[in-house]
Amino acid sequence: MITTIRSLAYLIASLLFIMSLRGLSTQESARRGNRLGVIGMLVAVAVTALALLAPVDFATMPTPDWSLVGVLGAALGVGCLIGAVVAARVAMTSMPELVAMLHSFVGAAAVIVGIATYLQPGDAYEAGRSAHLVEIYIGVLVGAVTFSGSIVAFGKLRGIIGSRPLLLPGRHILNLIIIMLCVALGVIFHHAEVPWPDAGADIVDAGMPALLAMTGLALLLGIHMVMAIGGGDMPVVVSLLNSYSGWAAAAAGFMLSNDLLIVTGALVGSSGAILSYIMCRAMNRSIFNVMLGGFGAEAGAKPAPGATPAGKVTETNVNEVAEWLLAARHVVIVPGYGMAVAQAQHAVKDISSLLIEKGVTCRYAIHPVAGRLPGHMNVLLAEANVSYDIVKEMEEINPDMPETEVVMVIGANDIVNPSAETDTSSPIYGMPVIQVWKAGKVVMLKRGMSAGYAGVDNPLVYNDNTAMLFGDARSSVQKLLAALRGGG
Amino acid sequence: MKVGIPKEIYPHELRVAATPDTVEKMVKLGLEVAVETGAGDAASFSDAAYAEAGAQIVGAAAVYAEADIVLKVRQPTTRPGGGNEADLLKPGATLISFIWPAQNKPLLDRLAARKLTVFAMDAVPRITRAQKLDALSAMANIAGYRAVVEAAHHFGRFFSGQVTAAGRVKPAQVLILGAGVAGLAAVAAAKGLGAVVKAFDTRPVVREQVESLGAQFIEFKFEESGEGAGGYAKQMSDAYLAAEQALIAKHAQASDIIISTALIPGKPAPVLITPGAVTAMAQGSVIVDMAAEQGGNCPLTERDKVVEKSGVTIVGLTDLPSRMARQSSELYATTVLNLLKEMYTPEKGLVIDLKDEIQRGAIILKDGEQLWPPPAAPPAAAPAAKPQAATVANHGANGANAKKKGSSANMVAALAAILLGLAAIFGPPEFIQHLTVFLLACVVGWHVIWNVTPALHTPLMSVTNAISGIIVIGGMLALYGGGSGALVLGGIAVLLAAINLAGGFLVTARMLRMFRK
Repeated sequence: MITTIRSLAYLIASLLFIMSLRGLSTQESARRGNRLGVIGMLVAVAVTALALLAPVDFATMPTPDWSLVGVLGAALGVGCLIGAVVAARVAMTSMPELVAMLHSFVGAAAVIVGIATYLQPGDAYEAGRSAHLVEIYIGVLVGAVTFSGSIVAFGKLRGIIGSRPLLLPGRHILNLIIIMLCVALGVIFHHAEVPWPDAGADIVDAGMPALLAMTGLALLLGIHMVMAIGGGDMPVVVSLLNSYSGWAAAAAGFMLSNDLLIVTGALVGSSGAILSYIMCRAMNRSIFNVMLGGFGAEAGAKPAPGATPAGKVTETNVNEVAEWLLAARHVVIVPGYGMAVAQAQHAVKDISSLLIEKGVTCRYAIHPVAGRLPGHMNVLLAEANVSYDIVKEMEEINPDMPETEVVMVIGANDIVNPSAETDTSSPIYGMPVIQVWKAGKVVMLKRGMSAGYAGVDNPLVYNDNTAMLFGDARSSVQKLLAALRGGG
Repeated sequence: MKVGIPKEIYPHELRVAATPDTVEKMVKLGLEVAVETGAGDAASFSDAAYAEAGAQIVGAAAVYAEADIVLKVRQPTTRPGGGNEADLLKPGATLISFIWPAQNKPLLDRLAARKLTVFAMDAVPRITRAQKLDALSAMANIAGYRAVVEAAHHFGRFFSGQVTAAGRVKPAQVLILGAGVAGLAAVAAAKGLGAVVKAFDTRPVVREQVESLGAQFIEFKFEESGEGAGGYAKQMSDAYLAAEQALIAKHAQASDIIISTALIPGKPAPVLITPGAVTAMAQGSVIVDMAAEQGGNCPLTERDKVVEKSGVTIVGLTDLPSRMARQSSELYATTVLNLLKEMYTPEKGLVIDLKDEIQRGAIILKDGEQLWPPPAAPPAAAPAAKPQAATVANHGANGANAKKKGSSANMVAALAAILLGLAAIFGPPEFIQHLTVFLLACVVGWHVIWNVTPALHTPLMSVTNAISGIIVIGGMLALYGGGSGALVLGGIAVLLAAINLAGGFLVTARMLRMFRK
């Protein structure tokens, strides 16, 4: 009977998770979606706990083993508490780090569950022992790569590890060797009769050393893979790790014969895969290119041919910009990672509100890869209380560019680079960009003349209708705000 | 170097080629500026204002005699007292003005005889960089607006629908023919007055622009596309024209006001409104034929006149921009100044660079030698300024992407099929069952996730973070596996997963609370 209840509850939880993701299709339904997810999770955890306490049915429920219950309760409680504190404290600009950290936990949990499952007496799986071992092996492998990769991603996003890609000589061969070693260890693991070598038995006959060795190698693989990726490719990597964490959960489901884990893992895995695909498309690159590329470094090392373009840069000041903004009827603000770094979103919001108050149509244009996380800019603007009605996607805003008088580009570079459309020799050629140069006037807020992460020179800065406002984004925006208030 | 701004003598021409504002900028560039007495009077710029901006105010003779560069609005014409403006220019001087070289061959000869250098504002190429010196678009925009004002003046009824105590007033039905710059300006102006607006154009690509202004686009299906080089309309076959006229006649019947703007560069305007279509319109209707200067889109149009034919007022005015003289002067003067700045620097003086696309396009005569028409530009360069070209390029890229995506999807499908086959042969039945669940869930996930709005991608990641905390169940099962090792390992797994699910859900909730209208 318990089994039936559990199966039903798992089915309900799966459906709730699907509806939860479905809810995210619009802002209006998103909060309800999140609540459905919470309910699904509560149902799943509660029913699993129940099934563990009463394995057959309630009538024959054994006296609970209080030490187990205690450990379980404590782990759940402490974990939830830590999670709640982190969730309440984290700054919105640090969302990418939080997401990367949470991925690593799923990876770690998958590794641990895999090892623990292997240690359990396997009589229940005797029929399909071979398949079961493969499931465990793959689960641990994916979990370990997710774990170490996410840790490195976290470090890079935090700035603990430099964001420049680490390109070891022969790194593709290195990866290949690691993968081949993992396969070889997998064969040993599969043939092993016992987890640990008995006295007298050969170490080759034991499974656990092989499993642990592979875990170590997989950790190395994860580290090496993410180390080789430049800072600007982080949105892709974070999405990819999101996908991995899902596959790790699904693999855990296979080894535990648990359909709920499989379904949930598959949902998360496809979600991450789609996000990675969207991010890659927004940068006009394939996933292999990102993973194998080391893109930022190569382009930066040899600044594109003819990289000293003739042309003068027009510099401007806040008073002039304020004048332009007040005289315009349509203004578009293009935020980039620079705005996030400078924490300028609140001041930017004040500017847009002030302009709207004065009858200027002010909107935001978001490029899919702006920031370090898919949708990062939207979250920052939402934090600053910007109405999501005026926050537009690239495709929505591009047709309106010719009618726009002033565009303010705040801390963004590559996503507004016209050479992506015109210069076939440019490394970013073909990447969809926000066509700010079609507007009457472009104001670029930048710290200096350095190129974006892609290391590609941006001809936009030399355009006649482009004016540069140099300085830290936040202080520039605040000065601009003061000028707008004073001038209006 | 001296710049001369003569007073326009063309009948009804009220505009002037420089304003005090542009004069000041020219003076700053190191140019001397001479403005003819009263040049700006009709456009509400006084001589005093020009003088204050740094110009000398001189007589007509002096302007022409001394100027090295003459800026004008209309092409040189015969003066009322006899003689032609062209003959007044200093030999070897430079003239910047509207010229319409295709229609004014004799004028070209006359200018060439004086060894003049001539730039035509109407020949500036339509490329992105030249937008700020696109005088035609600037004037067309004003003309389109003014056409609606003229129509309203002769219409004598409300544009917007109203419900009053004395009865209901229906909104005016306005039909705009040609959705170029002027047409779109007319759409916007008519819409602003509250009319119901329909717009017709043979180029299907302008549909989006029409609809973005809130008007209805009348589609015309025929085998030829109406788009020619440089984003202008091109001339079509007779059968095409007949079909077009029939369609317009049908819509004309239901319209109160027609504003026609259809022009083909260097050719007489196409006849779109047949006399039959005019007769079919209701009494009191108005037609503003903005193509009157090129013969009109309606054969009944009389140039520079307002006539009434079978109860329909037909406005054939050709001086629409001039009727908003101050504003059109300001815009025109700016475009002229921008062209001048392309060639003139204080250090080097006036340097003409025939390799420059803008100068090559606009130049008609160089020291009397005819350079017009310019060699055909490579087809790719011309439409670069137009948004539709970008759209086309995008489609191309998408197509390529789709193809790539298609082939990789096929590869994935093939791989999946092979794996499934292997699993079916070697795998235990239980494994197959799990695999089924797994693949179905992937398909469901694929469809659900594509619906997520990009603005919510960060919350999506944190929610998926939270629900991948479902691995807590794995931890719980491991914890109950027996043995102290299992207890410790399971405990750690549960702890980590619990951080994930609590953290993920709570931070998502926090983020979503911030998204508001």
